[in-house]
Amino acid sequence: MADVTFTVDGKKLTAPAGTLLIEACRAAGIAIPQFCYYPGLALQAACRMCLVRQEKVGKLQTACTTQVAEGQVFTTESPEIAQARKATVELVLGNHPLDCPVCDAGGECELQDMTFKYGAGVSLYTEAKQHREEQQWSPVVFFDRPRCILCYRCVRVCNEGMDVAALGVQSRGVTSVIAPNMGDHLECEECGNCIDICPVGALTSGTYRYKTRPWEMNHVSTICTHCADGCKTTLGVRSANYGAEIIRGDNRDRSGINGDFLCIKGRYAFDFANRPDRLTKPLLRDKDGQLKEATWEQALDRTAGRLRELRESRGGGAIGVIGSNRTTNEENYLLQKFARTVLGTNNIDHHRTADYAAFVRALGERGRGRSASLRETASAPAVLLLGNDPTQEHPLAAWNLRTDVRLNQARLYVVNHTPIKLERQATATLRIPQDGYGNAIRFLAGDDTALPADDAGRGFRDALRAEPSLLILFGSEYRGAGVARVIEFGLGLADARFACLGDYVNSRGAADMGLLPDLLPGYLPVSKPGGLVEEYGGALPQTPGMDLIQIFDAAARGDLAALYVVGSNPVLRYGIAPETLKNTFIVVQEMFLTETAQLADVVLPAANLYEKSGTVTNTFGDQQLVNKAGDLAGTRSDFEMIVRIATKMGADAKKLVPYGRGVRADMGQSRGAQSGEADRHAVWLAANNLEPKLSPLDPFAVLDEIERLVPGYEPQAGGRAELMAGNDIHLEPPSAPAASSADAGPARRDLVLPAADTLFTSGTLGRYSEKLNSVLEAYTTAARTTGRDGLSPVAAGESAGERDRRA
Amino acid sequence: MAYLVSHPDEVKVVSSRFGKGAASIETYLALDGYSSARKAIELGSDGIIAEMKASNLRGRGGAGFPTGLKWSFVPKQSAKPKYVLLNGDESEPGTCKDRLIFEHDPHSAIEGVIIAGLAIGARMGFIYLRGEYRYLLTIMERAIDEAYAHGFLGKNIFGSGIDFDIRSHTGAGAYEVGEESALMESLEGKRGIPRIRPPFPAVVGLYGGPTVINNAETLATVPHVFRIGAAEYAKIGTERNGGTRLFCLSGNVERPGVYELPMGYNLKKMIYEVGGGIAGGRALKAVVPGGASTPVLLPEEIDIGMDFDQVGKAGSMLGSGGVVVLDDRVCIVEFALRTMRFYQHESCGWCIPCREGTDWLKKTLTRFHAGGGVAKDIDNMRYLAENIMGRTLCPLGDAAAMPTIGFLKKFRKEFEDHLDGKPCAYAEQGDAALAPA
Repeated sequence: MADVTFTVDGKKLTAPAGTLLIEACRAAGIAIPQFCYYPGLALQAACRMCLVRQEKVGKLQTACTTQVAEGQVFTTESPEIAQARKATVELVLGNHPLDCPVCDAGGECELQDMTFKYGAGVSLYTEAKQHREEQQWSPVVFFDRPRCILCYRCVRVCNEGMDVAALGVQSRGVTSVIAPNMGDHLECEECGNCIDICPVGALTSGTYRYKTRPWEMNHVSTICTHCADGCKTTLGVRSANYGAEIIRGDNRDRSGINGDFLCIKGRYAFDFANRPDRLTKPLLRDKDGQLKEATWEQALDRTAGRLRELRESRGGGAIGVIGSNRTTNEENYLLQKFARTVLGTNNIDHHRTADYAAFVRALGERGRGRSASLRETASAPAVLLLGNDPTQEHPLAAWNLRTDVRLNQARLYVVNHTPIKLERQATATLRIPQDGYGNAIRFLAGDDTALPADDAGRGFRDALRAEPSLLILFGSEYRGAGVARVIEFGLGLADARFACLGDYVNSRGAADMGLLPDLLPGYLPVSKPGGLVEEYGGALPQTPGMDLIQIFDAAARGDLAALYVVGSNPVLRYGIAPETLKNTFIVVQEMFLTETAQLADVVLPAANLYEKSGTVTNTFGDQQLVNKAGDLAGTRSDFEMIVRIATKMGADAKKLVPYGRGVRADMGQSRGAQSGEADRHAVWLAANNLEPKLSPLDPFAVLDEIERLVPGYEPQAGGRAELMAGNDIHLEPPSAPAASSADAGPARRDLVLPAADTLFTSGTLGRYSEKLNSVLEAYTTAARTTGRDGLSPVAAGESAGERDRRA
Repeated sequence: MAYLVSHPDEVKVVSSRFGKGAASIETYLALDGYSSARKAIELGSDGIIAEMKASNLRGRGGAGFPTGLKWSFVPKQSAKPKYVLLNGDESEPGTCKDRLIFEHDPHSAIEGVIIAGLAIGARMGFIYLRGEYRYLLTIMERAIDEAYAHGFLGKNIFGSGIDFDIRSHTGAGAYEVGEESALMESLEGKRGIPRIRPPFPAVVGLYGGPTVINNAETLATVPHVFRIGAAEYAKIGTERNGGTRLFCLSGNVERPGVYELPMGYNLKKMIYEVGGGIAGGRALKAVVPGGASTPVLLPEEIDIGMDFDQVGKAGSMLGSGGVVVLDDRVCIVEFALRTMRFYQHESCGWCIPCREGTDWLKKTLTRFHAGGGVAKDIDNMRYLAENIMGRTLCPLGDAAAMPTIGFLKKFRKEFEDHLDGKPCAYAEQGDAALAPA
């Protein structure tokens, strides 16, 4: 639309014709009050707070529905307008309880703000307020009905944003009330977006309500530890006798990659951190075979001593290392460096949930293949979704795709063997046999014999191929050569970008950082370490090591002297028989006494992702900053444990972690910072990569090395500043990685095991979240008592992937 | 069945077939029925609209928008189907004219919908009846069936090659859906909540298609315009207020009923001559000229012509034609309370000023009338009403605020006389005075 010029409060403004006045004003820094208006959701014109005066128009107009046109003249603040808004606030307060001193929203309530601004301080009424009892709608959603001001934001975010439509309006007039879909409770995806979007304290969170006040918490923005989308979650943290307690997760900081969105896991499933059965003391297996509490020094000495002994006696080849999908890039990088330079082994692997190595190789080999950032799922004009069920496994990607269809009229093409909820937004769906994912690509590429295709199928293909620009998302149904065929197909189209959908917050980072037996960080083959040999200061093992299955096979043969496990539960995930490991010295860094930890000789109590700093990379290749929020006395970060063990084994800490290269002159705070101002100098130093790294336990020293050495992680223009500011940085996989198939040695084994998590599960970690369990329990019970197949269409408790595996 | 009244001053146009059994198509045809639709087919779209403009017919729902002009806003070309909608959700207290049309002359409504459809190029029309008018639905549906049987609806109507269908539909008991956009929501099966405008129905209406929505009386008048000619019709009324109007005279008059009088007919004459004066020869206290939502007129203000412009000049509105006459036994506080009870009950609850404002007005008036009023209530009520006025999404808020402001302005003393727990000095016979309301 062409730009038009109009006047607001005497200022000339310019905006495209048809822009909503409230948005045009916001862009110009003119705030117009609003309860019902919410960007991106349907217009309501219900709260009447945004009334403004338009010249030559009789009545006050709502800024949320007025579209700007050339020459219009508006006034947004005047005694008349202030009076209109004051009267509206007075009317709302007529029935709204004045329980601000105990209300969860007190201090961050939009109605409170408006009352302060327009001063509806005198009560006009003598009659009693309307009262209704509070309701609990689900384990995590409560509704305090009298506080509701009927702005309908929750109804819209549930309907338009989530496509769940679990909320609606009952009755009419002053008895109107928001009601859940099951009469007295909700059956939904439990995302809690209705709570975030509520301008007052009507919808409250089951984990947070009545626990504290907003101003008593520190608010730390970090990355959710659960799925591989990597949403920013803002954790409300309060001091506790054992460190810092996380009280709530929310998304009031809308600056993140997830915009308005957060799912149940990001919002509620931090509660594992506060569980009483968290390990806070190292455990050592005594002579009787029992795990007994020990001091950190005892545990670290025992670990380092044994590992050193076994390395000397049996060689690095007899030691296996299994890394985590939930530790930071810095920790993963450090772990592989530790394994390769200190333990002297390439026997390192992790629970692979997608074939990132094949993905990166396929993109790189063809040179012009480009990966997509998660943000593109909200803006791409057309999207092809191959396999996966993002609603369950990638809630943010699903939200983005729905938003893209709703606001941008994007076309979504779905290829799946089973119905998925996103098909409701799809332009077209291609149903294929369960084993037909490879054939589906052949069919889309033009081979009519690959699928029993009808006209609809051919129509799907024609429409898809006619797209001028296509975003291709594929799930872990595609591995190895299958991934290459997807990329090959996409590169035959006019324009395509790709993303590979794995599970867990840092699965991509684990692969990128070389937690693989055949690949170094940046997917460099172990046979061609190049400059790394010199950088790491010594020889690196140059033949591929054992993969995860081979490590356990070796243990079964009695050939595995030691196993070092960081934040992973392979014993359960891969169904390892305990006796397999009876002759292996096992070290486990873990939060809980998991099935794997129970077999360990040394269990080291680990901090989780909310208790450390560093970076993670989501499945789309977007790198983000993790900020330490919580703290639990007695635990240590995996980073610290690795460094301590390595140094106790005789390694040079400075070689492992290149600390101490900063600018020593800038160690002190600037004077302003001492008096409470932001330490601008420190911010500048940090942004320019000059902050002093004084400690071998500083993960950012390793980030420096990652940026220097790992292909694909080279610092980008403004990169570090963006990263430290909490923004996501899309990292393009190395364009020509040395890891061409020729270098990769014999055909790599397919070790991908999808996590098959649902909205309410999250691998081993999910089992330790009471909130996830309570919701899962509620839905499983509901499914059992009603005889329905779980939650249709939400299908709680089981994803397409899980059905696959079972089938 | 409502009984019919008559007066020599009446000019029977819309009501010309009332009481003659015209609900049966044979009688309707014998009384020149469906001739207008045939004429309209010959005239074609532009001809129909020109004729309607010439008739000076203004919408009978209350706002008085010129009908021909409204029809001309519908785009000629449209990707989505166009619709004609007859608004028969007659719910304004004091208004009871459309039910006579549905009962005595349903075919005129059908014929009006057909002509509107021809004017805008629609293939489909809906007749939406108020939920409480369910007993009229059988009459309307029989009439529609008859029209189909005669080939006046369905494929190739009147042998013209044009297809046109009509469906009837009833509301579910909400005053709010008398508002045109809320009616469309209701007809689409949703909550009866008004839509945001623009876009207006002529551009985006029912099911997203361009839609003409008119009051039942308006559309029932249309065939008569073609029957007697637009110029002749226009001559009946005053300048810019063409034709006649069905006035619903109720309250404390000797001969209440629905009278068809030329636009601009004197209100005083209507009460004292047509209506036979105040019942029992009592004194007149006030007149609500156009349905419960219109501001009250004092006895000295009623010497005016009943058309949109003159009533507007007198500070009220012609509205829906419901003239409610109050004699000196009526307590205005109680009358205001009754009015507010209605609007509070009927507020859809969508927007804050109407939802909350009508409720507080009702609560305050209830207490006030019961003798619990305090001095500041009077100003508070005025303040409340004035802060609802013009601030709501649809006119329901105004409809509740306007009469309240009128009562408080013109009868302040009566409110003051209720203060301090004093017994009501006005309603000497209690509710009996308002019995038929």
